[in-house]
Amino acid sequence: MNEKEYDLVIKANKQLDKAIKEIWQYKDLLFFLAWRDYKVRYKQTVIGALWAFLRPLLTMIVFTIIFGKIAGLPSQGNTPYSIMVFVAMLPWYFFASSFQEGSNALIANSNMISKVYFPRIIVPISSLFVNFIDFLISFAILALILIYYQFMPSINILLLPLVLLLAIAFTIATIFWMSALNVKYRDIRYIVPFIVQFGLYVSPVGFASEVVSSQWRLLYSLNPMVGVIDGFRWCILGDNVSFYWPGFILSIGITLLLLATGYLYFSKTERKFADII
Amino acid sequence: MTTVIKAENISKQYKISHQKSEGYKTLSDSLSNFGERIINRIKHPLSTTPNEEIETFEALKDINFEIKQGDRIGIIGRNGAGKSTLLKLLSRITAPSTGTIGIKGRVASLLEVGTGFHPELTGRENIFLNGAILGMSKRDIGAKFDEIVSFAEVMKFLDTPVKRYSSGMYVRLAFAIAAHMEPDILIVDEVLAVGDVAFQRKCLGSMQNNATQGRTIIFVSHQMSAINNLCNRGLVLSDGRVRHNSSASSAIDFYLSQNSENREGFSDFSNNNTYRTGNTPLITSVGLLDKKRKAYRSWIKTGETLDIEIRYLIHDIYVDYCFLAFSNTAGERVFSCGTHLDRGFNKKLQGTGKLICSIPNFPLVDGEYTLDVSLGTKARGNLDHISRALSFRVELSNYFQTGQVILPGQGHFAVNSHWSLV
Repeated sequence: MNEKEYDLVIKANKQLDKAIKEIWQYKDLLFFLAWRDYKVRYKQTVIGALWAFLRPLLTMIVFTIIFGKIAGLPSQGNTPYSIMVFVAMLPWYFFASSFQEGSNALIANSNMISKVYFPRIIVPISSLFVNFIDFLISFAILALILIYYQFMPSINILLLPLVLLLAIAFTIATIFWMSALNVKYRDIRYIVPFIVQFGLYVSPVGFASEVVSSQWRLLYSLNPMVGVIDGFRWCILGDNVSFYWPGFILSIGITLLLLATGYLYFSKTERKFADII
Repeated sequence: MTTVIKAENISKQYKISHQKSEGYKTLSDSLSNFGERIINRIKHPLSTTPNEEIETFEALKDINFEIKQGDRIGIIGRNGAGKSTLLKLLSRITAPSTGTIGIKGRVASLLEVGTGFHPELTGRENIFLNGAILGMSKRDIGAKFDEIVSFAEVMKFLDTPVKRYSSGMYVRLAFAIAAHMEPDILIVDEVLAVGDVAFQRKCLGSMQNNATQGRTIIFVSHQMSAINNLCNRGLVLSDGRVRHNSSASSAIDFYLSQNSENREGFSDFSNNNTYRTGNTPLITSVGLLDKKRKAYRSWIKTGETLDIEIRYLIHDIYVDYCFLAFSNTAGERVFSCGTHLDRGFNKKLQGTGKLICSIPNFPLVDGEYTLDVSLGTKARGNLDHISRALSFRVELSNYFQTGQVILPGQGHFAVNSHWSLV
């Protein structure tokens, strides 16, 4: 067959070169899937989007009491403990919710996958958007809390989009891995909630990273969420935080590694999804 | 005409695991298998790993074909012949194990109506969502929106969640979206089987419309009449291979005759009393004869002469009465005929022999039918009766010579009518 004659050549192995272009062609689908998730999320709930307020707020109160008051852990500089916790909760909940929904996204949309063609990678990516909206809502609450405490955020906040980018990259990387593995191994759906629960306590959400003694700090930073949370705190709390560069760079490195391998694994397995889902 | 689809040496294998019916596994299984393999490797370092328990199933074997622009090709085959797998490969849902498919132009596939519909969303919202899933851009959908709504006849319910739609409305809306995709190549699986009759007619009409615009259509259906009506070419698949590839009507004939090899069109009752409800065993076999009355077949086309052969073994009595009753798959008796209505046969039956009942211009529309047979005497009524003595298939084929068909729900009989203005 003269392959140049055809617009599309289907073979046993996919060529990766057209993949990015194809996602662009299907950008409307990405938008509509995200929009669907958003529309459906708070249907038939009584207080609707208020849930996006309540969850971080209540967690903040509990963590402040347990870690700040009962355990008596130190805050960073002269930051109120609850602000320090809430700042960490912004990226943490964005990651945790996206990770949970994204890992299950292919299974949840299995009907579409077995009946229609589209770049599969759109499905897990789309689950990020609705959680990003929740993230923005939480950010608005943070503003209210800062006003309440009359706490002026640092000028470093201008660099927040870059740290946010790292959070998004890490979230997508984990979603690529987990959603693709989930199609093949259904155990993933039991592992994911466990990772999220566990992660909340091993990541520095309820306490400052400085609590970890300095000789373990680099090892601790193997968890990229440590870098993300430290980055968020540095951006908003400014000089109250001593920024630990080696850990942050390690977080970036691990994120990029996970992103690249996750994308490759996803692309390699996606053509079999319809057969085994 | 240019070739728009070319398939070369396509095959598709599925792995079947014998322990589990599902394709996915659990991680712990994989880990323990992995562990066992390593232990085996350490114990027997030179042996090759045995391909344990995994068997492959070949859904398609070395398929080759070409489709030209504007062809409307019907894919025919029994369940499991590989039709759906072929459609999935052509629409890129799954990848072939070997081989290459080249495609020119934009493909849209409709393997199911309403894929991705969300019950909580309104009709309006689902039009956009489903359109995007089918590969339309937001702008395309916006431009077609009014057409879709009027085609589906759901104007009043646009802002109602589709979970409150009747099933008819749901299907109408779903098909309307798909019908407005305007791809270069349209792949349609058996989706017209759902929905009410008037709407089916409308859908077939809209697909024919598509065809006249030079669009290529690949269509799978079990309804030979729909294939005959819509397609100009036919491709017969069986056991994952292409058996026949030519005009639609010759493909249908090939499929029907091939299929009848597997079904006998003949039932032997000489040693089988399972279905017999009469007191006196008289009927030894019932069969549907082919046109030359030389062999049995399991199908007939509407309008042909139906020849039913009944063999008998009769002692001590003279049988002068026979009754046949035809029922459809719903169990409704659609018509019956018997010697008490017509003139019957002029001899009384005795000993062994064959009785043939011939019905010219057989009127039933396409479908599966069963036949009940009774023998008896005019004086004493039924002596022997066999329910469902024979089942056979009727194909409407091109009865009306116009390519038109009778859709499900429009009646049981095909009747010619003559029209004149006076």
